[in-house]
Order: sequence, then C-alpha cells, then structure tokens
Amino acid sequence: MNAMLPPQLMTTPPLLTMTGLCRRYGRVTALDDVSAMVYPGEVLGIVGESGSGKSTLLRMMNLEDTPDSGDYRLALPDLPGNLFDLDRFARRMLCATRIGIVYQNPHQGLLMKHTSSGNVAERLLIAGERSFAALRARGRVALEASEFPLDRMDARPIELSGGMQQRVQLAKAIALEPALLLLDEPTTGLDVSVQALVLDTLKRLQRDRAITMVIVSHDLGVLRTMADRVMVMRHGRVVEQGLADQVFQDPQHEYTQSLVHAKL
Amino acid sequence: MTVLQVENLGKQFQMHHLGQSLHAFDSINFTLAQGEFLLLRGPNGVGKSTLLRTLYRSYLPQEGHIWYHTTEGRIDLARAADVDIALLRRREIGFVTQFLIARPRVAAEDIVAEPLRLAGIPAAEATAQARLWLAEFGVKRDLWRAYPTTFSGGEQQKVNLARALILPQRLLLLDEPTASLDAGARAALVRRLADLKAQGVAMIGVFHHPGDVAHLIDRDIELTAKEVTEDVAV
Repeated sequence: MNAMLPPQLMTTPPLLTMTGLCRRYGRVTALDDVSAMVYPGEVLGIVGESGSGKSTLLRMMNLEDTPDSGDYRLALPDLPGNLFDLDRFARRMLCATRIGIVYQNPHQGLLMKHTSSGNVAERLLIAGERSFAALRARGRVALEASEFPLDRMDARPIELSGGMQQRVQLAKAIALEPALLLLDEPTTGLDVSVQALVLDTLKRLQRDRAITMVIVSHDLGVLRTMADRVMVMRHGRVVEQGLADQVFQDPQHEYTQSLVHAKL
Repeated sequence: MTVLQVENLGKQFQMHHLGQSLHAFDSINFTLAQGEFLLLRGPNGVGKSTLLRTLYRSYLPQEGHIWYHTTEGRIDLARAADVDIALLRRREIGFVTQFLIARPRVAAEDIVAEPLRLAGIPAAEATAQARLWLAEFGVKRDLWRAYPTTFSGGEQQKVNLARALILPQRLLLLDEPTASLDAGARAALVRRLADLKAQGVAMIGVFHHPGDVAHLIDRDIELTAKEVTEDVAV
C-alpha cells in the first residue's frame, strides 16, 4: 500500500504566508509582529482569550483591514506580491472567489431578510454566474455539502435556528470552492449537540474537498478535535505554536499551560 | 534497514505554575530496524508512555535526536517542522493509545475507515474494509453504525485498534494496546501485529502483560527511575 512511500523531507510550500503584521487601533496594539503560515489541506487553529488579536488576524486574512505594516501572500495563480497592496475592487473579487468566511454572528455574514438560497446565489453572482437555473443548481450543491435541509432553502435566515444559520454561512463560503476557508468562532453560542454536527460537517468538507481552513476559537475542545496545528495568541503576539496534540499535551509557554490547566 | 535511531534523548516538563521542572528521562539510546519489535519495560511512572509520546512528538524533547531513516535520507523527529511530522503521521508513523479520541456523532465504521479515506481510497471500499476489521476485533455488527462515545471501554478500544492498524505504517508506537481487551480481541490484535511485523513494520511497545506478545519481541529496554538505559538483546 501507499503507506510505504518515502516521506517528503522537503515540505510543501505554504498556501498562506503572513509576515511581520503590526496593527494598532489608537493606543491599543491588536497585532504585534505576527507571522503565520498555513499549508495546503491543513486546519490551523488560533486560540487566545478575548482581545488577544486572534479575530483581528482572521480579518486580515480576509483582507477586511490593512495592517500598519506587514506582508500577506497566497500561493495562488495570478496573485503575486503583497495582497495588502490590492485596491478595494481587487480585494473584493479575491475574497468573493478564493476565500470563504464564516462569522460567529450570522448577521455579519448573511442578509437576514433574503432567502437562504439567495444568500448563496449572491456569491455566485459576484463570480459572474447569470443563469437562474445554474444559480439554483450550484446553490443547491453548496447547501447540500453544508448539510442544510434543502426543503428549507427558500426560508430566510431570520426564520432559522442558529445551527442552520451557520450552515447557510458555510454554504455561501464554500459555494465557489475557495482555496481558503476562514472560521471565526463558528460554533460559539450553539448547543453542544448542534456544535457537534457543525464540526462534523466541517471535518467532512475538509476530508472530501481538502479545503485549507483557519479556525479561530477560544474553545480548546473545538481545536483539539479540528486542528492539525495550533497557534496561541496573547496581547497581540503569538506566544506558542505547534502540532495540536503537542500544544495541548505538552504546552511550553506559561500562558498556554494556564489555558490547558483551566480546561474542564 | 534502520528505521529509527535514537541518540541521547532527554525530556523534562517545565511546570511554570510550580516553578520547577519534572525530569522524565534522559540518555535514551537505541536503534530499531525494519520488522523489529522493541519492548519498553519498567514500573509505572518510569516514563515508558512519555518516551513513546516523545517519539511521536506529542511531547517536545529537550535534548538528543530521533533520527527517522528513509531511502531518501534521514530526518530528526525531535526538530522536524510540524508539517513534516503531520505528513509522516498520516503516512508512516502510527500511534496506538489506550484511549479512544472519538469525535462526537461519528459512526464506528466511519472512524475506522478514516485513515483509508485520507489515503484516497473510495468510500465504499474503505467502509467495507473497516467492517472487516471491526468484525476481526469482535465489535458486534449492530454497533458499526453507532457512535463509540457511548461504548464501554473495551469496545472503544477495539474501534481504536481497528482504526490505528488498518493501514500498515512503517513505524508503529504501541501504548498498552491490550489494556481492557477481552481474550478474543487480544488474540486478534496479536495476529495483526505479527502480520504487520512480517510485512516489515517496526514497532515499539509498552505492554502490561508482555507475555501476550512474547514471541514477537526482538529486544527490550528497561527504563529505570532516574537514569536510563541499556539496550539488551533477548
């Protein structure tokens, strides 16, 4: 079997490379010289308490904000150079077509008074899809992959439960098969049973489509089940990073140890 | 062919909240060839499991080297990049723990089939193979679609073993895989290990009752309370 293949001693190049990001909001330092790499097909978890800079970092990955300094590259065709140098239009196209995002608060990612299928179709429209039949069909595929019940596809998100709203966000995020999927506390505030279902959906997507993911969460349990590698942030800095099981079983930094010891 | 060459390996845990470090082991030296089976011996708490986890890089060693040899060259697992370790774990280095780490709401047969799916084997074939292994380890048919989080310890361990041993790896780390197993499952496990050894899989194991695998053991290492080690031929 293929288990006997020689290992690749030369690592595959990262999909995402961020170097030296700094961002201050007034007197608050949100990011202090943060660098990160994400490799194709992996799940990177970012953990830290409120105000650690983890969500700011994710928003930078989604080009929603520009740092005071720093460099951001994605190893994708036709994307040379620092992505922070792109203008607003180019950023919007890139985010709509190559990067998907799921926010903790569905209100941030969805138009609550449009239908669920309409929310997904909006993404496809940006990418130039015009045929109504094709929009329906592709929307249906994305909703199905997110394990959204198709008989509710014309319901408005405002009529749906929190878990279902997250599935609509997910369908929208993956509709164009992005190279990078960003998730900001995707299960925070959901019942544990719903949380398990959403995590299972994410895991299945990752396995079947090999989507590269970055998950921000303050929940160590979520990252323990989902992430291959973990970055621990505090006060805008990365204090520790490593393989998920290593960071949780043998944390090196004092702060990470206190986090792991506080876990129920 | 040498698979693993461990040189002067040492591990301590820095416990910041205690302001001290805990010594686990130091000066571990051994080599392991393809198809060889090495037994780690010693009383509870002497660091056998810690050594296995350090070899797997769940624990970070402070000193020494863990050279993993391939036809392409060697890589030091003590220092290799996380992505390289992740890749090796997916393809070549397996770890069998005493405890099942199950994701909630995933059926037993899907848990077992997952390594095959990750290796690119189609779903139907992967599931068929998973069922064969569940049957081999004595998991009852009506549990195959159930969620193992609610299984008894022994049944969980069988699912765990089926998953860990379904793909032949080059190096297998075994942390008391027979604990909490009934006689039938223990026999199935020993058969599978003998089969893997014959295929050239190198193994390092900790066993409560090494008698179960006595005929597989090529060498052993005795870990002692403070300083370690000698490499004794059996």
